[in-house]
Amino acid sequence: MSATPKLEWKEVDKRFDGAPVLAGLNLSVAAGRSLVIIGRSGQGKSVAIKTALGLMRPDAGRIVLDGQDTVDLSERTRRRLFSGVGVLFQGSALFDSLTVWENVAFRLINADGISRRVARDRAIGALERVRLGVEAADLYPSELSGGMQKRVGLARAVVADPQLLFFDEPTTGLDPITAAAINALIVEQVRHLGCTAISITHDLASARTIGDEIAMLQGGKIVWQGPAKDLDRTDDPHVRQFVEGRADGPAPGSPLHLTRLSATRSRRGDT
Amino acid sequence: MTAAGVATTRVNPVRAIGRAALAVVRLVGAVTLFAVRGVAAVFSPPWFPAQLLRQLAAIGFFSLPVVGLTAVFTGAALALNIFTGGGRFNAEQVMPQIVALGITRELGPVLASLMLAGRVSAAIAAEIGAMRATEQIDAMRTLSTDPFRYLVAPRLLAAVLVLPLLTVVADTLGVAGGWLVAVRVLDFNPTTYIRNTATFLQAWDVGSGLIKAAVFGFIVALMGCYHGYKASGGARGVGRATTHAVVSAAVLIFAADYLLTSLFAHT
Repeated sequence: MSATPKLEWKEVDKRFDGAPVLAGLNLSVAAGRSLVIIGRSGQGKSVAIKTALGLMRPDAGRIVLDGQDTVDLSERTRRRLFSGVGVLFQGSALFDSLTVWENVAFRLINADGISRRVARDRAIGALERVRLGVEAADLYPSELSGGMQKRVGLARAVVADPQLLFFDEPTTGLDPITAAAINALIVEQVRHLGCTAISITHDLASARTIGDEIAMLQGGKIVWQGPAKDLDRTDDPHVRQFVEGRADGPAPGSPLHLTRLSATRSRRGDT
Repeated sequence: MTAAGVATTRVNPVRAIGRAALAVVRLVGAVTLFAVRGVAAVFSPPWFPAQLLRQLAAIGFFSLPVVGLTAVFTGAALALNIFTGGGRFNAEQVMPQIVALGITRELGPVLASLMLAGRVSAAIAAEIGAMRATEQIDAMRTLSTDPFRYLVAPRLLAAVLVLPLLTVVADTLGVAGGWLVAVRVLDFNPTTYIRNTATFLQAWDVGSGLIKAAVFGFIVALMGCYHGYKASGGARGVGRATTHAVVSAAVLIFAADYLLTSLFAHT
């Protein structure tokens, strides 16, 4: 295992309308490792990924990819740096005006300048890697099931052999069997490419399957991080509440959290 | 409620006006920056010719029926109105010239643009807005493709190129509509009508209308792209973006029409 961080969030802050979503986020993933960020909805997981991808600018802090600070990069430099990054979006985010193979080959044709004929061959190769046959290549995304759309999204993410892959809620909205198939494909593709992977999910089965390491994000910062096998052993109250799916616990919005918040406000004299 | 509570909920008119003024300045700034970025994308590689062709067809070719029909009926109605009005001071015979002037300098470009504002601005805003809502624009950026070059620039360029051509069609059919009514309903001599129109019209009458059309084309595409790109809030946000695109494009077309007409008034 390489100890060199592939990607780092350093003291990253992000606020929306004054409300902190990321509050001094510090997190890193070593090259070749698969990190899964878990946490409840609204705790900043998607924002963390979007800041890393340059889709959202952090208010403070640094995002370092391969040793280079990515905040404030020029569009050209950013495109070059991110040419080795693939993303599977939560809703697959397939271009609905393009066919399946054109979706998969989008980067090859439009960014890498590869001819359509060669790009189509590579796209069909990538589709086969995610168990989609050539018959799907000329369909439009609207003609596919949710699970097939995820596979196409995965094929699009891996077609250019990236060194870093992001998975945004890869199994959300899928039935358990399809979700397991997608998880297996993700593990297979990450191993095949030997790349670094960062996933966000609140699906624990998915996290256990695809992660080497797991980090729990709550209130905009990491409250626990450890090897995936420790997820079910740790005594951390945040993780325990999340893993056991309990309503009471330290998580914001749960009864215990509200009781503590109320006590703190009483001491401060807030109304 | 306490007196203090009432005081805090009372609307401060100065503050409200200030807030509205700041919002307008912010919007103008945002649209200007968007436009500058869009124009820069038109002139800097990489270019996407396939996208440009697709937009030329979508904006231009498929708008022909609506622009043509609007022009024919407007030319016909204009001829009737001018004939009626001209009759009040025995000036019916100048009707062909006034129809030609009105169509080429004003109604051809404005009506073609308004039809495009309804048809194209709305479609662009809805398409790009839906792409925003479903993270397709984010996906495009992660695929090392600049959405301004791939989505915005082809639409801006296509609209600027195509609207003058549509205006030529609108001018021709508008004058033809006037001719049809004049000959069939008002007993004008068909040859004289055409001769009067041809000898009266100057190249600048048509040229100024085409310049207007290019500017209006930019406005139509810009409003569609801007409101679609900035759409937020899911399906409701896309619907709002579509409405804003059509309304703002129409208002800006009228404002630009006045400015350009003032500029061309003595030429």
